[in-house]
Amino acid sequence: MSEKKGWKSLDKGAVAYKSSRDYETGDWGVAQPKFNHEKCTKCTLCHFYCPEGAIRVREDGYTEVDLRYCKGCGVCAEECPVKCIEMVAKR
Amino acid sequence: MKQKLMGLNGDEAAAYATKQVDPDVVAAYPITPQTIIVERFSEYVADGLVHSEFVAVESEHSALSSCIGAAAAGARAYTATAANGLALMWEMTYIASGVRLPIVMSVANRALSAPLNIHNDHSDSMGARDSGWIQIYCENSQEVYDAHVEAWRIAEHEDVLLPVMICFDGYTISHTMENVMTLPDEDVKGFVGKRKFIKVQGHLGEAELRLDPGCPISMGPVDLQDFYFEHKVHQMDAMEKALKVIPAVDEEYGVLSGRKYGHVNPYRMDDADVAILGLGSVMGTAREVVNELRTEGVKAGMVKLRTFRPFPTDDLIKAIGDVPALGVIEKDLSFGAAGGPLYEDVRAVFYDAGSKPLIANYAHGLGGRDTSMAMIRGIYEDLLKIKKKGRVEKTMNYVGLRE
Repeated sequence: MSEKKGWKSLDKGAVAYKSSRDYETGDWGVAQPKFNHEKCTKCTLCHFYCPEGAIRVREDGYTEVDLRYCKGCGVCAEECPVKCIEMVAKR
Repeated sequence: MKQKLMGLNGDEAAAYATKQVDPDVVAAYPITPQTIIVERFSEYVADGLVHSEFVAVESEHSALSSCIGAAAAGARAYTATAANGLALMWEMTYIASGVRLPIVMSVANRALSAPLNIHNDHSDSMGARDSGWIQIYCENSQEVYDAHVEAWRIAEHEDVLLPVMICFDGYTISHTMENVMTLPDEDVKGFVGKRKFIKVQGHLGEAELRLDPGCPISMGPVDLQDFYFEHKVHQMDAMEKALKVIPAVDEEYGVLSGRKYGHVNPYRMDDADVAILGLGSVMGTAREVVNELRTEGVKAGMVKLRTFRPFPTDDLIKAIGDVPALGVIEKDLSFGAAGGPLYEDVRAVFYDAGSKPLIANYAHGLGGRDTSMAMIRGIYEDLLKIKKKGRVEKTMNYVGLRE
């Protein structure tokens, strides 16, 4: 969220004035996946296991993470059959 | 204004006023002693006398949930309950207030279980006192009728937007037939008017505060450390504004009906030496005791509190004035607390007041036990002793309890 209104200017009714699309839950995380394409077999299991749907399959068959929504849970790294994903600190 | 005199008990008065208001949705589950409201209203629906959608729900939690959904969609929604029914609604009471839905609910006050008891005290609605609902306590069926007309205007006022709970004593009021002056249907309809909506900033831009697929908004979504506090302070602010809105609506209703009540109703307080303060039907009995004591030369007075939430601090301090000894009587207990909820509030507001009376707490009438005139007389006698001694030796007192 960008600017935060105070209670006097905030509208009544606890109505969200921004879309959830603008709420980038990726900033909750402390870790992010780092992919090693030399070892990757393009199995795409990381794409299917990602609980946030934050890993997409590119046209070249490799996967990439959308850091705006990656919470850094590490499920992808755990499930990768060839261990080509390493969790590293965000930023 | 031609008014019709009807014989109605409190439940019927609530149902009749609500019939005249003709809300869009009524979702209720029958529970003693509120059942007559649901029965009467079902008859109005069956007879085609109202256009209301009646939702026969499977529990009170669902009753209030249905009202929340309906009110969020822009409908006028009404429900009624008592005791454990209100307890089952507990989660939803906070949600109704938090998303600022002007629902009106009748509570035919009844003791909470256990042990099981179907008779009157205020343990049910006192448990909901922090839920963000306006609470109005009635003395008789006439007040029940009037409050059910006024409530919509208070709840839906743009400065308020809070649900309103109209509390009246189970059986003592709910099942006792009294003379009730009723307004013509068109005057009630004209008084309540149409529900209006404030504009808010939604995620797609400006929208009315209601669920409309044409202009969607999200109401009460996850609201964490960054905004929850601000939204809660909104409810505090709305309660403060309601302190002004309630008398303004009451004043306007007074012009229409000839009846108005105010937040507090002092009686023979001008020169009083001892006074009691309380809620609901017992204050009618207390008025008789005051009259008796006055003929005997005792300077007794009383203050009936009608609005409990928001708590009308200024009006209350003014009404109590400089009476030397005050007894706060209430039909509830707050286990382990310094006193009952009404007593605690009254004591708290006098902490910073210039002059303050000696204040004692008297719990009475629990589980429907009758509070007789003799018992109230006993309270006044106790207060006279307190005044003479100049101190309160026993703050917590149980009236009518067997030792």
